[in-house]
Amino acid sequence: MGLLSKKDTKLILDPLADNNPITIQVLGICSALAITAELKASIVMAISVLFVLGVGNVVISLMRNIIPSKIRIIVQLVVVAALVIIVDQVLKAFAYELSKTLSVFVGLIITNCIIMGRFEAFALGNGPWRSFLDGVGNAAGYGVILIIVGFFRELLGSGTLLGFKVLGDPIEKTGIYAIGYENNGFMLLSPMALIVVGIIIWVQRSKNKALIEDH
Amino acid sequence: MGLKRRLHILKRRYRGTKMAPAFNAIHTFLFLPDETTHSGTHIKVADDLKRTMNTVIMAMIPCLIFGMFNAGYQHHLALGEIEAVTQGFFSAEFWTLDNFMVGFWKILPLVIVSYGVGLGIEFIFAIIKGHEVEEGYLVTGMLVPLIVPVDIPLWMLAVAVIFGVVIGKEVFGGTGMNILNPALTIRAFLFFAYPTWMSGDKVWVHGAVERDQLIASGQNLDAISGETILGSLAQGKAAGYEIADMFLGFIPGSVGETSTLLILLGGLFLIFTKIGSWRIMLSSALGAIVMGLIFNGVVDSGIISEGSKFYGLMSTTWWHHLLIGGFAFGTVFMATDPVTAAQTNKGKWVYGFLVGFISILIRVFNPAYPEGVMLAILLMNVFAPTIDHYVVQGNVKRRKKRLKVKTA
Repeated sequence: MGLLSKKDTKLILDPLADNNPITIQVLGICSALAITAELKASIVMAISVLFVLGVGNVVISLMRNIIPSKIRIIVQLVVVAALVIIVDQVLKAFAYELSKTLSVFVGLIITNCIIMGRFEAFALGNGPWRSFLDGVGNAAGYGVILIIVGFFRELLGSGTLLGFKVLGDPIEKTGIYAIGYENNGFMLLSPMALIVVGIIIWVQRSKNKALIEDH
Repeated sequence: MGLKRRLHILKRRYRGTKMAPAFNAIHTFLFLPDETTHSGTHIKVADDLKRTMNTVIMAMIPCLIFGMFNAGYQHHLALGEIEAVTQGFFSAEFWTLDNFMVGFWKILPLVIVSYGVGLGIEFIFAIIKGHEVEEGYLVTGMLVPLIVPVDIPLWMLAVAVIFGVVIGKEVFGGTGMNILNPALTIRAFLFFAYPTWMSGDKVWVHGAVERDQLIASGQNLDAISGETILGSLAQGKAAGYEIADMFLGFIPGSVGETSTLLILLGGLFLIFTKIGSWRIMLSSALGAIVMGLIFNGVVDSGIISEGSKFYGLMSTTWWHHLLIGGFAFGTVFMATDPVTAAQTNKGKWVYGFLVGFISILIRVFNPAYPEGVMLAILLMNVFAPTIDHYVVQGNVKRRKKRLKVKTA
């Protein structure tokens, strides 16, 4: 047996596609709309959530037998809050500009439904290793969508990727700007993030008909 | 062998295949279908969906032709090559072949791109979904070139049409299922995506943007511009046009929306043929008048000072609001869209009134979006089903009450 059993692999891979927290469960939409105007912010957000959810799931899983069920939400909140503060402080210390861009949304990871959802649905009933895998898988599923949305929004909205002018310079009129191309300002507005997420959901469900809900 | 015969044969050959909807669409657009019904009694009416759509297009043709003349006229006027019109609607300076040709060559590509891209998408979706092509794009395709600035780059228009038809209509299930008016979705997309091409004082006159670029590259030319009336008022400047010009349409603006007179004629035609709802048109005008009067009242009572940034638009005489900007065009041709408007008669009054009311509200309070009518109609499109719901529920309640009184 390898490092991961078949069941464990499923824990990681399922949330990436067929049980994606954003496109299938439609959780965590708020941050997907708010911070995906730049690819860099999306990536940092994805990593932050990966850390919070991975570690958080392990912590909750370790404590699952001693948490009284009546106050479990508060305990969960304390754990997330502690982890989010760590992330926030690290960002402020080492990537100040970026933490400005992400502003309040790092703090709002606390309210990200995916995190509480995984604590409730998985970590409270499973061992630490499996909880860790589940956390990593779900955070990665969230991060993948964030990065896809961020990629398209930054490319079409600002003509850059991670700050590099991949399409040419819009002011100097080089690259494809020379032939009259212009950036799509709508892409930088939040409604367009919703539409891009919607298109991803559309593409995903038309590829895999099993995902379409019956009415 | 005539075209009709050839199409019949093509249709038969492709029956049941993937491409069938495309041939059926071309065939039924040009000729009566050759199929007969096989069972039961059918009631046949002449004004099917295609006839309805074509009636609306006919109502817009005068606006289109006027738009072509106006595009050339504004171009030549800005260059100082001709004098401004003086003799009313039939001024010789306006109706020249020269004016028409300039506009014709600018606007024809807009029409072609709008129809080509839009119908192309309809065909593709029909083939993928395996249903017949829906005629929904016929009107949208004509509306789109009429509500954009004349110099809009064609690729932008194409992108916007793709967005509008796919996201505004097809994702909801195609013609008749859309929540938002597709033509306005296209315009809103352009407005938010490429604001430099949809607002300002250059884009409304053909050649002004190009002239700007030449000047920027070092050529010694005079800049030309043509601010719309709403644009000027939003900046606190005087309108700079006579009321007659506003009514007849000798003003800069989107291609087909300048002539209130011709829009009014189109509107009467729609009312006469019972295609457009007079309730919506009338109540929308009422809504705009009420809001205009409120603003005039605020100005008259001295609550707002002359230095305020809203003063210019607020002090505009209430009925001028009906003549400037896209208000008339939006009310007559887009608020009345039978799919996205309210369906009940009472609902139409509420819907129309709020369209007019909110149009003027946005116009005055958000100088960044002087064209409030676009946003107002889109907003009310979203609320139309809610309005209908309450009208229907109200009716149910009233009748239940009557029943109770009778049985009691």
